[in-house]
Formats: sequence, structure tokens, C-alpha cells
Amino acid sequence: MVRSRSTTLASLGLLALVLLAWQYLPPALDVPKYIIPTLTDCLVEMKRMWLYEKLMSNTLSTALYTVLGFAVGSLLGAILGYLLGMSVFWEKVLSPYILALQIAPKVAFAPLFIMWFGYNAMPKMLVTVLIVFFPVLVNVLQAMRTVDRDLINLARAYNLSRLGIFWKIEMPSTLPNLMAGLRIASTLAVIGITVGELIGGNTGLGYLISYGGGQANAAMVFNAIILLTVIGFLLYTVLQHIEERVLHYLPKAQH
Amino acid sequence: MALEFRSVTKTFATTSGGEMTAVSDVSFRVDKGEFVSVVGPSGCGKSTILSMTAGLYQPTRGEVLVSEQPVNGPNAHVGFMLQKDLLLPWRSIISNIEFGLESRGVSKADRRARAMQELKACHLAGFENHYPYQLSGGMRQRAALARTLAIDPEIILLDEPFSALDAQTKLLLQNAFAKTISEAGKTTLLITHDLAEAVLMSDRILVLSERPGTVIAEIKVDLPHRDEPIKRRILPEVSEYAAQLFKYLKLEEKAA
Ligand SMILES: Nc1ncnc2c1ncn2[C@@H]1O[C@H](COP(=O)(O)OP(=O)(O)OP(=O)(O)O)[C@@H](O)[C@H]1O
Ligand SMILES: [Mg+2]
Repeated sequence: MVRSRSTTLASLGLLALVLLAWQYLPPALDVPKYIIPTLTDCLVEMKRMWLYEKLMSNTLSTALYTVLGFAVGSLLGAILGYLLGMSVFWEKVLSPYILALQIAPKVAFAPLFIMWFGYNAMPKMLVTVLIVFFPVLVNVLQAMRTVDRDLINLARAYNLSRLGIFWKIEMPSTLPNLMAGLRIASTLAVIGITVGELIGGNTGLGYLISYGGGQANAAMVFNAIILLTVIGFLLYTVLQHIEERVLHYLPKAQH
Repeated sequence: MALEFRSVTKTFATTSGGEMTAVSDVSFRVDKGEFVSVVGPSGCGKSTILSMTAGLYQPTRGEVLVSEQPVNGPNAHVGFMLQKDLLLPWRSIISNIEFGLESRGVSKADRRARAMQELKACHLAGFENHYPYQLSGGMRQRAALARTLAIDPEIILLDEPFSALDAQTKLLLQNAFAKTISEAGKTTLLITHDLAEAVLMSDRILVLSERPGTVIAEIKVDLPHRDEPIKRRILPEVSEYAAQLFKYLKLEEKAA
């Protein structure tokens, strides 16, 4: 995304304004700090968490599982999307179940996964994989259905094999949708991991949230939420850069 | 004989379970090196004729022969071009031109060399590393022609390749195509809605009826400059031929 100087400045200005309000508004309105801790309260708490709550390793653990869950879930989603996209029969057979699973609230599976796999990394990974899987699958499937028939006919006229048509026409045609699906999935991955850690875990930022909540330590919860957001933001940004690289051939809107 | 249709009928199954005849009992021949246009009302099965020649689908009855061989499926003798340029947006122009050669066991170096040659013949030198979105509509159609010529087909099928272009670009492109095609000595079947275009570019014109399309007239265009439509354009006979087509298509009656 191309950002001009003026929009960057405006964004930063807005950030400064929000931070100032955060720092001075709650005390001015007599809101106690266990309800809304101020910016400095949170920074102080951040340091305490760094020293006594293994903030670094908890953050890295969450980041690692987010990326892992995202990678596995979107890989599976893309593979199934392409397979179903090539077989009208199986797509028709499976589509009601896919729809049902897509509607089912995936985070609600977390307690079940804990019952099945215990208090380890498996449940949160599974929730994340499940939650990431569908937007990628659905985007790919949708794109496979709308590949230009004339392009496929052109490839057929040039004697390309079924596999050749997939790699040279279908795969690149669907790439913009795949990338869009991955971007959506990246934001959902953070939710999946967080829910997993909230419900059954003793590591990660999600765990720190439930731990902090139990101790009425609002600053700790704030900090964990901020760090989770940062993880999601970084993942999203990386994907956006990859997308810009991969889809360089799309005309850019002129300003 | 480069192309022959022998009493070809094509019916499609409709969604409501019935049958729809697109073309009925179509017969014609095109000689090697000849440029033949097909005109007819919208929906009369012109594109269907093209698809059957390309082997994308089979006739329901009758036979299509390319170089005396029945067409049983997509084959290496036929190259086709549509109104849409069908360039792959993710490939550079040169790599688009190479596309048709990739499934033919041509080595990479040979592919590049052939593609460069066609690129130059179509006046696109210097644009080999551009992407399709960086080219104008006319240039993209020239790139599509280069891709079609690169596989060295015996027959070129053109389905309204100029209809999306503005009047001037169209004229220049018709001229460029006519020249390139006549230099390459290719047999060509052009489908068009533009009666003047048919007269300017063809040796012969086939007129199809309303659907189900069948050949109702065959007009030989006896004019010079087939390779230069811009020169042919100023001949007085052109409007006579167009008027003749006009009459066959009963355009006056329809307008009334
Ligand atoms: N694959 C298909 N399945 C079903 N019906 C088809 C198919 N292809 C074409 N038709 C039908 O066959 C008829 C002829 O279509 P075709 O595209 O050949 O017409 P056309 O002469 O090229 O029309 P236009 O001048 O508008 O391009 C149309 O009624 C169309 O709906
Ligand atoms: Mg048509």
C-alpha cells in the first residue's frame, strides 16, 4: 500500500492523541486504575511482566503457534480448495457439510479438544487450524469456479494437460483470491490461538490474560491484548508484502 | 484443402432439458492461404463454428476436416483469437507469446527465439518485458496474434478480434493483421459483425442465416489489395459488396 506523507503524519497524530487521552482522561474522570489503567501504568506493568511473568517466552510461544496454526490451516484449506475446485462432483457432494462447518463457531470446539488432547499445545493448534481453514478454502473454491472459460479453452487448444492447465492457468488465476483468503485467515489465526490459550493453557499471552483477569490486574490484560494485536499486525503486514510481490502484474490504481 | 465443413450440425442441450440447434447443415471449404470471413446475425452459431474447428467440441452430425484430417479434439494445426486478447496477466509479453510452444517440446532457447521473431513481425519490439496491463488494447491484440503465429498453425481462427477497438486503431490493426497474415501465407477464418471489415479483408465471405445458422450465400470479393485493407477501402466497389451483404442479412426489413 502506498502511503503519502500527509496520511502517515495524520495517522501518527491520531495515535499521539489517543495515547494522551489514555494517559490523562481516566484519572481526570476518576476511573480507578483496576478498571482502566493509564499508559504509564501499563508500561510499568509491562516491565514487571518482563521480569516476573516470562513475558518474552510467552509472547514468542503465542507468535510461534499463531504462525504454525496459520500455516497448517491455510495449507490444508488451499489444498482442499484446489482439489474440490477440480472436481465438480466432490464439490457438490461436500458443499453442504463445508457450509455447516463454516457456520459452526469454531472457538466453541476448544473445550472438546482439551478433553481429547489434554493441556498441551494441540488444542490451541487445532482451533487455529480449523478457524483459518475455511476462509482460505472458500476463497480458493470460489476463484476456481470463476476462472475464465476462454483461457481454459485456449490452454486446451494448445494441448495442455489437465495438470498443465492447473499450474499455468488455474493456479495463477486464483492467486489474488488465495492471497485475500490468507489475509483474512491471518487475522483469525490470532483469535484461534488466544481462545485456545484462554481456555486451557499455562503458556502464552492468552494465558496471561486469564491469569491477569483472575488477579484483577487490568494492566496485564491490556498489555497482553496489545501484544496479541502486534503479532496479528505483523503477520498481516508480512502477507501484504508477499502479496504485493506476487501480484506485481496487477495494475496499480493511479493517484 | 485447408478446412472443410461437411454438413455440420451442432445441437446443445438446454438447461430446461430440451435441445437447441446452433448451426444446421453447414458446408463450406477454405483453400490453403485463403482468407474467408463469416458474417451473420448475432447468435447464429458463428463462434460455435470456430470452436468446432479448434476441436473444443465435436459436431453433433457431419464432419470437420483440417488438412484432410477429421478434427477429433484440440490440435496443433489451429490457432485461435477472440475479442478478448486472452493474454495471461501474470506473464510478460514475450512469455505470453511463448505460451503455445511450451506444450510442444520446443527447447527454451528456441521458444524465445521464435517468440522474439513473431514479436517483431507484430511490431512489438521493445515491449517483450512489459506486462499486458501496460499495453494498449490494440497492442494486446497484436501480442495475441504473435502468440497465435508462434505455434505456426495451418489455420488462424479470428472471432471478432477488432470489435472492442476504436475506429482508428481498428483500421490500423486490420491493416497490420492483413499484412502479417498474408506474409505468413496463413489460411484464415474471420468471424465478424462488421460488414465493411469482411469486405476489406477477405477473399471470400460466407453469409449465415438466423439460428440455426446455415450458409445462405457465398460472395467472392474480387478486389485487389487483400493485404492492405487501407488501400482497398477507397475502392468504389467496396460499398457495393457491403450493400450486397446488407441485402442478404435483410437488415432493412429488420429495421422497418
Ligand atoms: N456451450 C454451449 N452450451 C449451450 N449453448 C451454447 C453453447 N455455446 C453456444 N451456445 C448457443 O448456441 C447459439 C449460437 O452461439 P454462438 O456463440 O455460436 O453465436 P454467435 O453467432 O457467435 O453469436 P455472436 O455474434 O453474438 O457472437 C447461441 O444461442 C448460444 O446460446
Ligand atoms: Mg460469437
